[in-house]
Amino acid sequence: MTASTIAIPQARRPRGNGRLPWGSPATYFGALVVVGLMLAPILYIIVGGFRTNAQITADPSGLPSPWVMKNYAEVLGSTTFWGEVANSTVAAVVTTIGVVALGLMASYVLARYRFRARGVLYAVFAAGLMFPMTVAITPLYLVVRNLGLMNSLGGLILPQIAFALPATIIILVPFLRAIPDEIEEAASIDGCSRLGFFWRMVVPLALPGVITVGILAFIASWNSYILPLFILNNESAFTLPLGVQAFASQYSVDTAKVLAFTSLSMIPALIFFSIFERRIVGGLTGAVKG
Amino acid sequence: MSVRTSSPAPRRAPADGVRAGDDVSSPALRRATEPAASAPSPGRGRRDWRKAVEIAVLVGPALVVFLSFVIFPVVMAGYYGFFRWKGYGPPTDFIGLQNYVTIFQDPTFHEALWHNVVIVVMSLVLQGPIALLLALLLNRPMRGQSAIRVLIFVPYVIAEVVVGTGWSLMLQSDGALNGLLERIGLGALAQDWLSNPALAIWTLLAIITWKYIGFAVILFLAGLQGIPQELTEAAQIDGASYWQIQRRITLPLLGPTLRIWAFLSIIGSLQLFDLVYIIWGQYIASTAGTSTMATYMVANGRNAGNYGYGNAVAVVLFLISLVVALVYQRYVLRRDTAGALTERSER
Repeated sequence: MTASTIAIPQARRPRGNGRLPWGSPATYFGALVVVGLMLAPILYIIVGGFRTNAQITADPSGLPSPWVMKNYAEVLGSTTFWGEVANSTVAAVVTTIGVVALGLMASYVLARYRFRARGVLYAVFAAGLMFPMTVAITPLYLVVRNLGLMNSLGGLILPQIAFALPATIIILVPFLRAIPDEIEEAASIDGCSRLGFFWRMVVPLALPGVITVGILAFIASWNSYILPLFILNNESAFTLPLGVQAFASQYSVDTAKVLAFTSLSMIPALIFFSIFERRIVGGLTGAVKG
Repeated sequence: MSVRTSSPAPRRAPADGVRAGDDVSSPALRRATEPAASAPSPGRGRRDWRKAVEIAVLVGPALVVFLSFVIFPVVMAGYYGFFRWKGYGPPTDFIGLQNYVTIFQDPTFHEALWHNVVIVVMSLVLQGPIALLLALLLNRPMRGQSAIRVLIFVPYVIAEVVVGTGWSLMLQSDGALNGLLERIGLGALAQDWLSNPALAIWTLLAIITWKYIGFAVILFLAGLQGIPQELTEAAQIDGASYWQIQRRITLPLLGPTLRIWAFLSIIGSLQLFDLVYIIWGQYIASTAGTSTMATYMVANGRNAGNYGYGNAVAVVLFLISLVVALVYQRYVLRRDTAGALTERSER
């Protein structure tokens, strides 16, 4: 226990690297219990999709016997599911691009320009952290309705970008401030304008932060529930979360199929997260320290 | 406005050594005074102007989107909240503070507010210590630690709808949890987890803990990595035990992270909507004792078609969150948030 604390400077190493010591069995046991508790409900959803309703009724906590593919096959063969996947994908991708573009531009100014209104501007954006979308949803719905964006993905994307901006700016500003002034001076001596510096130096150097905020924006949009609930009434415009709920109430007796639909809908966010897990953790570290 | 990039030539006072009224028409003299006299005014003006355009172009789009979809709706909520209004046409039936009086006299709202208080307190009490222990456990270098970290974070990444649907199926009275209890011989413990009013809020708290604890663990791990190794090593050499080190060194140094996490957790608990609305729905939530201010707002505002009233509830919810946030900032975060919500002055 004590020896392990001495040996560290590299806490993060690729998995399976032989140089990390094994922990004590008690540690692994504790970790195993926790991980089991965290994963059991998710596994229940995924595995439950491979059972039949008869199996589920007879033994709600059992394993599939035999494993049936029918539920997953039916969901994957339905146009409703793929339509919702497409809607969710478009909303999440456009939201991510918008958040990254607008957030990076604004953060660049807040981090590297000196002007009188800067403090106020930063405070305005930061204050947005205190307005989660839930608080503003009723008036936000009215604004979107008055803009004629009901039942359209634009009505989702614009508010999602707006509400993701505060966190994005707060994460990105420290990244952009950390770029040494010398680089900017060198670039300007070489004849690079400030905007040129932005494109050629800032964007590449801020990439870790950009990826973090991009992933967070993508996952937030993919999982977003209350905004689609208000904005989208038309089934053809539904995103996956609304689709899951509609499916669950429409087929409330067909538990197995609901489980299959639910587990398929969480795959993209899980894939995204597992690819970029380090980036998210790294970005949060920067934000907390920043 | 001061220009950040220093101009190459140090600026002298204008017309240094040339008194007003002197003849400056001689070419040599003009050449000598020109750079000094003109550099501060037109040249700098052009740079200022150019900089202003750059600022406007870069910040403008973000600011427009942010103001129109975040700030403007919140302001409009304050306005609509004074009307009895069904949401069609402009609001005309001005009723002053009547909506607010109704809110504060409604026992359903009192219950929702109380549930929020319970959720705020219990989220801190349940998640804080568990997450701290997990973070300490996972902060030791050992094989498989990154895999464990990822797996603990998974519930946080999954959509509330998925979590809610999955848990509500599992927790039904004939669901998997009761089935499992019976299978291992604890059938006597089987409960009506979702609709028993004495139990439902604890079920909700368990689900919240499960869903959000990964976020706390990741934050704490990030904070732990910022603690210099030398301190623990020095304490070890001085003969401090593992727990003494955690208690006397790690915990105090983790203070800023813990306080930020508590802030995010409190604000999140006050706004809780998705999980309750998905698992219990708008009608059952209040009878099961799990309604929150946000579900109250949606049920009595939009779903009832009373947009004036819904906006008034939004204002109340916002003001409560704001007061809590400001008090927390003032008394708890003052030491460490110089940079989080207010511009850091020394920069």
